[in-house]
Amino acid sequence: MPLGPEALQAVWLTLQLATLTTLVLLLIATPLAWWLSQTQSWWKGPVGAFVTLPLVLPPSVLGFYLLVAMGPAGPLGQFTQAMGRGLLSFTFTGLVIGSVVFSMPFAVQPLQHAFESMGRRPMEVAATLRASPLDAFFTVALPQARTGLLTAAILSFAHTVGEFGVVLMIGGNIPGKTRVVSTQIYGHVEAMEYAQAHWLAGGMVLFSFVVLLCLALLKNRGSRVLP
Amino acid sequence: MATLLRPLAIAAAALFSLHAHADEVAVAVAANFTAPMQKIAAEFEKDTGHKATLSFGATGKFYAQIANGAPFGILLAADDTTPEKIAREGLGIGATRFTYAIGQLVLWSKQPGLVDAQGQVLKSGTFDKIAVADPKLAPYGAAAVEVMTQLGVLNTLRPKFVQGENIAQTHQFVATQNAQLGFVALSQVMADGRLVEGSVWAVPATLYSPLHQDAVLLNKGQGNAAAAALLQYLKGDKARAVIRGFGYEH
Repeated sequence: MPLGPEALQAVWLTLQLATLTTLVLLLIATPLAWWLSQTQSWWKGPVGAFVTLPLVLPPSVLGFYLLVAMGPAGPLGQFTQAMGRGLLSFTFTGLVIGSVVFSMPFAVQPLQHAFESMGRRPMEVAATLRASPLDAFFTVALPQARTGLLTAAILSFAHTVGEFGVVLMIGGNIPGKTRVVSTQIYGHVEAMEYAQAHWLAGGMVLFSFVVLLCLALLKNRGSRVLP
Repeated sequence: MATLLRPLAIAAAALFSLHAHADEVAVAVAANFTAPMQKIAAEFEKDTGHKATLSFGATGKFYAQIANGAPFGILLAADDTTPEKIAREGLGIGATRFTYAIGQLVLWSKQPGLVDAQGQVLKSGTFDKIAVADPKLAPYGAAAVEVMTQLGVLNTLRPKFVQGENIAQTHQFVATQNAQLGFVALSQVMADGRLVEGSVWAVPATLYSPLHQDAVLLNKGQGNAAAAALLQYLKGDKARAVIRGFGYEH
């Protein structure tokens, strides 16, 4: 058996984290991307830039600020303590929040692009057919943007699986709770357990390649189907 | 004209001769030794003209890097087994090994009064999270586990563990109060012979195996004047006073 129970636990946890992060991201990113694609507001620039920040900031910066924010003196920590929930650092929920922040641009950007390239026409037509804006959004805009939606989901999932720095800084490396595949590999390498590291690391390479390949195929298909 | 140029020429010659002897060495330093080593390196540079570039991290990581050709001249490890292993595998020079510091484990909280002078807080368990360095990777983590085993609290405390990848990260968890307390190195919470803040229990040395921290000259440091000078400097009175000031024995 190349992968021990600890490694399998890390794989399972990583899949749970990535799935949950993707779901949360799609819920947040879809309205956000829609707003960014439609608005003429002065806020579009600053909000767009803010959402894109995690793309350029090193994970050490995000991890550091998340750790401080989640601590008892930080705003998030004070809020969760006031709610009687304790601190979020070193918890699975904390990791989900960190991952959502970290992968935000990977969900928002493909969606925003898809909404923008759709143009105003379909929504206007829907409006003349007396569809309410919300109705039109779900029956016209979302189906039109399905390739963007799928791209956002795949990228969010894959990027969360590939996350390392933020998890290392706010996770605390607890088996079954915050020890994901990337930190497990790091631990194996530091402990000089290269054989175990190879199995997991090789698996990551394979997984990432397959994801990117699927994405490329999807884009090909998408561009043929959509005008 | 000649009289004007002469002092300049002498100054230039003096500068040149100084630089001709000055060498540079890259040093891999165990995370717990960060603060004292920064101080020692600054004084070393002033006193000898040599330069020491420092990298801080987990000893296990450094071993992996050294085994794969990292350009370090000296390793200041957090244990004595890694330098021994390095000498045995021909990555360094065994005869140069020596103990530069003996580490002291403490239980520390940033909160005043949380940690008592006898460490009873471990038995009462009045906290959510306790930070411990990964015992597989960090000697201070292994020592902490030893202490909790001796006190018979390991199994009750294990669910409250948060693990730092090295002792510096473990300290960070406690310093940001994401963990209420944790096992760290005395050197991290002490400066000029005094506790910096919070509350602390100096774990009695009888509860864990001594944390011998050994230095070793690596193959890449052979023939480097700065490397030889730094190893000598670490054994000198000046460096040892700094090391003691940070709470190490020796």
